[in-house]
Amino acid sequence: MKLSLIFDNIDLFIEGLFLTVELTVLSLLIGFCIALPFGIIRAREVPYWSRIVNLYVYAIRGTPLLVQLYVIYYGLSQFVWVRESFAWPILREAYWCALIAFSLNSGAYATEIIRGAIQSVPRGQIEAAKALGLSAFQIDRLVLIPSALRKALPQYGNEVVFMLHGSALASVITLTDLLGAGRELNSKYYITYEGFITAAVFYMILTGIIVLIFRALELRYLSYLTLR
Amino acid sequence: MDTILEYAPLLAGGTATTVLLFLCAAVFATLMGALGAAGKLAAGRAWRWLVMGYTTLVRGVPELLLILLIYFGGQRGINQIGDAFGFDYIELSKFAAGVFALGFIYGAYLTETFRGAYMTVPTGQRDAAKALGFTTAQTLRLITLPQLVRFALPGYFNVLQVMIKATAVVSIIGLADLVGLAGDVGKSVRQPFSFYMLVFFIYLGFTILLTEVFSRVEKRYARGLDR
Repeated sequence: MKLSLIFDNIDLFIEGLFLTVELTVLSLLIGFCIALPFGIIRAREVPYWSRIVNLYVYAIRGTPLLVQLYVIYYGLSQFVWVRESFAWPILREAYWCALIAFSLNSGAYATEIIRGAIQSVPRGQIEAAKALGLSAFQIDRLVLIPSALRKALPQYGNEVVFMLHGSALASVITLTDLLGAGRELNSKYYITYEGFITAAVFYMILTGIIVLIFRALELRYLSYLTLR
Repeated sequence: MDTILEYAPLLAGGTATTVLLFLCAAVFATLMGALGAAGKLAAGRAWRWLVMGYTTLVRGVPELLLILLIYFGGQRGINQIGDAFGFDYIELSKFAAGVFALGFIYGAYLTETFRGAYMTVPTGQRDAAKALGFTTAQTLRLITLPQLVRFALPGYFNVLQVMIKATAVVSIIGLADLVGLAGDVGKSVRQPFSFYMLVFFIYLGFTILLTEVFSRVEKRYARGLDR
């Protein structure tokens, strides 16, 4: 273990850390924006739409994230019309491809989480809101969705960790995220595991922080559900 | 389409490698999970800490990182040991590294599954068995395990569903599995999209197949449970 090498190259890991966090946070945000309407469509079983959403969710959840990433990053260049389109400067970049793949992936998993959470909101709550004279839109906005999102917290916490770990695949398509930094260190100095172990320590710390954040959120927003 | 047909035998070989990798890793993960659960449930504090370290490590680190670490680190570790005993350079096969890495990772998840299932079997049953004069081994084999299987199956299958998708990641260390071969061919014939989409649908097929098989097995084992 050559600790001095790691400290000399700590900048590399800090940069990687920022890219990892950036990719994870942005993918989760975009994924959430996809998942909220889709989750509602699925929970309500909106005719026609629900089946399309289900197809998307099933296809994404049933295949490896790595393959999805490859289809977007390597696959799309096969088509001349893609290469000549206005979107090519974006689709050519590993960064944007990773972001698109991760967002679509997170969107599918989060859709399923939100669907389950909406369906688990007790009927009585909705009926009480109706009895109080709330309109359908008010019920959604003030009762159903807040209540569902609270219930989705534990599972969504798992999804956040899953996305953090999934984002390590970015290093496969040339990006220098945390794992990419570790691989770069290894190949620069012909060493085997120092870079990996350093990256692993960073990932463990990030995972720990996420777990703590969600524990605090659950305590704040879900404690009304625990028996006293 | 013609190009895909032309390379079909090669891709079938890659698919076979992926399936074999999955099956071997599933066996290894089950063993690791059983060992982990046993360590967490029984034995002294040292074992419990060891197992906790194992599950925390696996759950805190991306699977790709562990696969790379086990493949490259394992390679060096084996040769350091080999050198000490005067062996020549030993090559760690990519397949073996993949089996070991996936088994190690998913064994940690199965540890939790098995432990949870074990705790679902009421203690009173073990006490009753003891009162009837069953030995510990008999109690485990005849009373605890059959019920444990039933309780563990849903979680067990969930983990396997995740693991089949994780087999794709092993292609990154250069294993000539479905993803690796399709990538090589797709790039050389300049049709990466067609070949990666084929892989996409094959994996989707795996998922559908496993879901079907697992739900049948689960139903079979849930017979007699009043639900």
